[in-house]
Amino acid sequence: MLLGRVKGTAVCTFKAPGMDGLKLLLVQPLNKRLEPTGPLQVAADVVDAGPGDLCLMVRSREASLALPEMKFVPVDLALVGIVDELEVRPDRSFDFTLRRGWNPYT
Amino acid sequence: MILGKVVGTVVTTISHRDFKNRRLLVVQPLGLEGDAPDDDFIALDNTQAGIGDTVLVNREGGGARMVLCNPDACVISVIVGIVDSVFIE
Amino acid sequence: MLIAKVIGTTVSTIKDAKLTGCKLLVVRQTDERGQPIGKPYVAVDTVDAGSGDLVLTCAGSSARQTAYTKDTPVDAVIMSIIDSLEVGGEVVFRKS
Repeated sequence: MLLGRVKGTAVCTFKAPGMDGLKLLLVQPLNKRLEPTGPLQVAADVVDAGPGDLCLMVRSREASLALPEMKFVPVDLALVGIVDELEVRPDRSFDFTLRRGWNPYT
Repeated sequence: MILGKVVGTVVTTISHRDFKNRRLLVVQPLGLEGDAPDDDFIALDNTQAGIGDTVLVNREGGGARMVLCNPDACVISVIVGIVDSVFIE
Repeated sequence: MLIAKVIGTTVSTIKDAKLTGCKLLVVRQTDERGQPIGKPYVAVDTVDAGSGDLVLTCAGSSARQTAYTKDTPVDAVIMSIIDSLEVGGEVVFRKS
């Protein structure tokens, strides 16, 4: 699951059966610092997001499970939440390295 | 499963019903010394983990659906354990 | 299925109830000669593998096809310990 920002809409007339009425949005995938990761992608919207919204997205098979009715549609990216608040600690607060020997965490 | 560190939280008011009543956390995967860090991702919490905890994350939808006891859940990454310690040879 | 080397262990007290009793080992994918490549990940051990062993791991939903991991939230499992590997007629790995 990843973050993305809505950049625009995609309009398609001819779609696979089951995709009728699906709202398709252009989204920019983002990392935790809200920096772009890769090119724009098209996602199916299930939460009525609008341009500029920061969203939570799911990929792969689970994207089609997010759709309200049809569970077997060719969709592999879906918007499943609108992010109100994102709190991320700076990287220097934590150690992300697995070192040789015991790494105690508690 | 992978080992990761919880570095942040995500709050959503409008979200898919499968995400209700559970916390969404930002997870940064742990790597061995000298490795480039992996991309961070968002995971659903199932173990009351918090920021700073080292966690075990299942990144496969079938396992997530099993944890959530919902055969149609649209969730991929789910935190299934809080790690106390790791030993590396 | 991936060839992997066991490089460590994980201790976890608070975890999903279905994971209770599972031995969680840290493994890393290797090439056919046992040279590590790729990132470390955690797999459930079903065959009593130990540190340094070369093992076969299975990822994804297939990881829940063993009797031990059935219906558990597991996405990687160690399901065999490699005795030897042969590539092109040459034995490239033999368990010591």
